Amino acid sequence: MISPVTGEQPPLVALRDVSKRFASRMDLASRIAARVGAGPAQQVVRALDSVSLEVKQGEVLGLVGESGCGKSTLGRIVARILEPTSGERFWRGAPYSAFDGRSQRAERLAIQMIFQDPFASLNPRLRIVDVIGEAPVVHGLIGREDREAYVADLMARVGLDASTAKRFPHQFSGGQRSRIGIARALAVQPQFLVCDEAVAALDVSIQAQVLNLFIRLREELSLTYLFISHDLGVVRHLSDRVAIMYLGRVVELATAGEVFARPNHPYTQALLAEIPTIEPRKRAFQPIRGEIPSPLSPPPGCHFHPRCPHSTERCRREQPAFREVAPGHFSACHLNDTK
Amino acid sequence: MSAEPLLQVEGLRTHFFTKAGVVKAVDDVSFSVARGKVMGLVGESGSGKSMTGYSIVGLVDSPGRIVGGRILFDGVDLATLDPVAWRAIRGKRIAMIFQDPMMTLNPVLRVDTQIVEAVLAHAGVSRESALARAREALVRVGIASPDERLRAYPHQFSGGMRQRVAIAIALVNQPDLIIADEPTTALDVTIQGQILFEMQKICAESRTALIWITHDLSVVAGLADTVCVMYAGRVVETGRVSEVLGQPLHPYTRGLIDSVPSRNRRGEPLRQIPGMTPSLLGMGEGCAFRERCPAASAACASSPGVAELARGRFVRCFHPVGEPMAAASP
Ligand SMILES: Nc1ncnc2c1ncn2[C@@H]1O[C@H](COP(=O)(O)OP(=O)(O)O)[C@@H](O)[C@H]1O
Ligand SMILES: Nc1ncnc2c1ncn2[C@@H]1O[C@H](COP(=O)(O)OP(=O)(O)O)[C@@H](O)[C@H]1O
Ligand code: SF4
Ligand code: SF4
Ligand SMILES: [Mg+2]
Ligand SMILES: [Mg+2]
Repeated sequence: MISPVTGEQPPLVALRDVSKRFASRMDLASRIAARVGAGPAQQVVRALDSVSLEVKQGEVLGLVGESGCGKSTLGRIVARILEPTSGERFWRGAPYSAFDGRSQRAERLAIQMIFQDPFASLNPRLRIVDVIGEAPVVHGLIGREDREAYVADLMARVGLDASTAKRFPHQFSGGQRSRIGIARALAVQPQFLVCDEAVAALDVSIQAQVLNLFIRLREELSLTYLFISHDLGVVRHLSDRVAIMYLGRVVELATAGEVFARPNHPYTQALLAEIPTIEPRKRAFQPIRGEIPSPLSPPPGCHFHPRCPHSTERCRREQPAFREVAPGHFSACHLNDTK
Repeated sequence: MSAEPLLQVEGLRTHFFTKAGVVKAVDDVSFSVARGKVMGLVGESGSGKSMTGYSIVGLVDSPGRIVGGRILFDGVDLATLDPVAWRAIRGKRIAMIFQDPMMTLNPVLRVDTQIVEAVLAHAGVSRESALARAREALVRVGIASPDERLRAYPHQFSGGMRQRVAIAIALVNQPDLIIADEPTTALDVTIQGQILFEMQKICAESRTALIWITHDLSVVAGLADTVCVMYAGRVVETGRVSEVLGQPLHPYTRGLIDSVPSRNRRGEPLRQIPGMTPSLLGMGEGCAFRERCPAASAACASSPGVAELARGRFVRCFHPVGEPMAAASP
């Protein structure tokens, strides 16, 4: 769909004011405490707080932030695994709901998700040929008789030995399981992959191999990625643009070059200062204070104010607007008003 | 080095005698650590880092057993100690911090109870002064409201806070040596940064020796004085951090460093080590890295010994990086 007004292609995926709330998960101790009246009853987790984001055709958008800030929730909402509590989602400019009909299967399969723990997401009782080959048969992308050849092709593409197709997931190493997870996602011919900490569980040498696979597949298949990772080094290497999240909100967004060279938001600046590098120099670690607060009761105003070295009275009261501070560079911080 | 090292591990071998065969988890491992110094013990999963640490603190369980080598700690060979003598040293002079703080913490006991017990197990002091030490230990690891935290239970804490408490317990008896087994691997970079900062300060101030086990070269780069790189149960390279990271001599170390994203051009394929780590079960003769090694030659079918190529630079390889490949067969 090309916009008649601007002639520009709409973004592949767009989120507008997407929020997600969960009833809080309670561990056993807090459930008991709640029952005897000693603790709070069920609370609401504000996992995503009015997030707007676009992913352009063909780009890699990196998504970073500390654990619990809402990255996986955002990824799942993009991949249709979760429904937002409010807000809208668009695929090539049309709302997701436009693809609910039977005939729009290709659009619904167009976004696939790749998870951190490939073993947890693989059924241990299925052979690899079924893990990879079942969905394309069920969705009518291939005939059942073509399944083995189709799977062999995919396995070769992700660097697996196709003669192992009859084995079970536990017979593979961590790196091979990752490749199986990737082949399974590719089997339904997606255009967009949401990769959620897809290399986090892998050893360093294997991580490099799988990252290289992502780089190669992107070129070969013209894929678009939402690449979620807590590892800033990996994100910097792979991404065209980077979004930084903090406690349910996107606080900064720019090209990878911009974010790493000229971080605007104080949280981004703090995060970048923590990237450990292998350049050999002993340094005194200069950490930012405190921990990410609970999304059960996010601080008012700017969510970052309790940890921010620049926070003022206004930051405690008023949520900063997410606005453009340089061409294509967005940030949500009051400091930008005084510049 | 002039001063006698606090810990000197020589030719340590810890093997597991399983039904399927012998697993040489630690196989001829040697290194030393001086007081007040930090040594990084680096390697991929399964390379024998934890078992090296467990061997030093006497926590290797059956079917595993120390089958060779010496662990000289302040002049005493720990490998010859009986379990009773071990217990007197562990927690007092040598403390261990685990990746999962719940290995140290009891979820159903209040924090003050746990730390006070750790003190009383090794020191004949009153409960009040034990509690004072507990409080002081929490402050040292950067816990903001120590009195409140002392009265709480571990399950009420975040992962980062639990790890701080576990570290406080490790510190409370002022050990001479701390072995930290990937304690920040599961934590966010900001929390990791805070903990590394505290540990660095504490060890420098109290002249505690620290062995920091990690798979992450970049953590070692910022924290350690020396580094010891393990592969498949063996130490392949040791030296000062600046030298090993700046000019790695072993092909495996070199490969790891080259594959780090920041050492590669953005967006381009990373230089990678091919293949995967071998199984330690029934490992045969020869260099364990040879299937993946770009410099391998026929010589590598037998096991390379360790050579000191420069002062304090030990390498286990027939063809160290940067040396002419003259020895390779036609
Ligand atoms: N199904 C769920 N039920 C309750 N809370 C949830 C659920 N999924 C996520 N959360 C909470 O939402 C917040 C964001 O989680 P998540 O998106 O997984 O963050 P991240 O991936 O950045 O670590 C966290 O506080 C998490 O505990
Ligand atoms: N109880 C056990 N039985 C058999 N092998 C074991 C046992 N515990 C550990 N090992 C083996 O010892 C090797 C080294 O393990 P470990 O020291 O935990 O590695 P690392 O800490 O470097 O990941 C591994 O290959 C593992 O399979
Ligand atoms: S709005 Fe205020 S508290 Fe928030 S990041 Fe900017 S200066 Fe810090
Ligand atoms: S001994 Fe041979 S195979 Fe092993 S690391 Fe050295 S060159 Fe490579
Ligand atoms: Mg997540
Ligand atoms: Mg380990």
